[in-house]
Amino acid sequence: MNWSSWSDFIAMGGYAYFVWIAYGVTALLVVVEIVWIGRERRQSLAQALTQRKIRQWSSP
Amino acid sequence: MAIHWFKYASPASFYTLAGRLIPWFAGAAAVSALIGLYIGLVLAPTDFQQGDSYRIIYIHVPAAWMGMFIYLVMAGWAATGLVFNTRLSGMMVQSLAPTGAMFTFVALWTGAFWGRPTWGAYWVWDARLTSTLILFFLYIGYIALRASIDDPRRADRAGALLTLVGVVNVPIIYFSVRWWNTLHQGASVNFGSTSMASVMLAGMLVMAIAAWLYTIAVSLARVRSIIIEREQHSAWVGELLADGRATERTT
Repeated sequence: MNWSSWSDFIAMGGYAYFVWIAYGVTALLVVVEIVWIGRERRQSLAQALTQRKIRQWSSP
Repeated sequence: MAIHWFKYASPASFYTLAGRLIPWFAGAAAVSALIGLYIGLVLAPTDFQQGDSYRIIYIHVPAAWMGMFIYLVMAGWAATGLVFNTRLSGMMVQSLAPTGAMFTFVALWTGAFWGRPTWGAYWVWDARLTSTLILFFLYIGYIALRASIDDPRRADRAGALLTLVGVVNVPIIYFSVRWWNTLHQGASVNFGSTSMASVMLAGMLVMAIAAWLYTIAVSLARVRSIIIEREQHSAWVGELLADGRATERTT
């Protein structure tokens, strides 16, 4: 363990601004990518389902 | 022992295989990221020269490696697609590009926030930084090129060519710190000798493993949507949708 207290950890030896912006933006991008992939999945399935229904109606 | 590799070259069986693999890779990625962050942010000692600003390298270095490596994998799939004319190859290139762009951006971003306290500047036109910026533009260029071509098979071929032309940039990034006198420091990890404490090295390698596992999970998940989108008129997607379970499980 490198830190003596929680606030010591947050302070990052005076480099809190740089360290946490670097880590924060990375974490944000990872979350955005995962959410985006979930959306793509739902959209592709919904679109394929719609297409399928249209084909079923047009050729009984 | 006969493994039918070519069986998985068909989008239909790859779709099922990917679906089974994703939870394992995603879980392993999350666990290794937590371990890596614990080692890097909590256990590892403060650097005697750079202070705690050096802790940015635990994401910077794995992201930079991944940005370059994903491009090489894309180029491999692109070449396979051009030679064998397989549909899955183009889909994999398409699936990997956004994640490659994301990691390259993370490498540039974290590098800037490490550079400011260490060099006194967020950005310098150094050989390594500039060639990494070009890598980012190559990813963006690939995505934009795809988006501009309606026919997916033509987009595959055009994208594959762009990817293969751009691959020359990867060795330029990798060797830039040796070929030119750069401000960017030399490689921290070398085979045989390493200029890092072993705890620091362990943290960085665990984070690199996490980045690998994450990339595999994310690109497999994305390629499944691409497969559905591009194969929606095929009989097997019809059966999959008729089954109903496939759509319920995801929503």
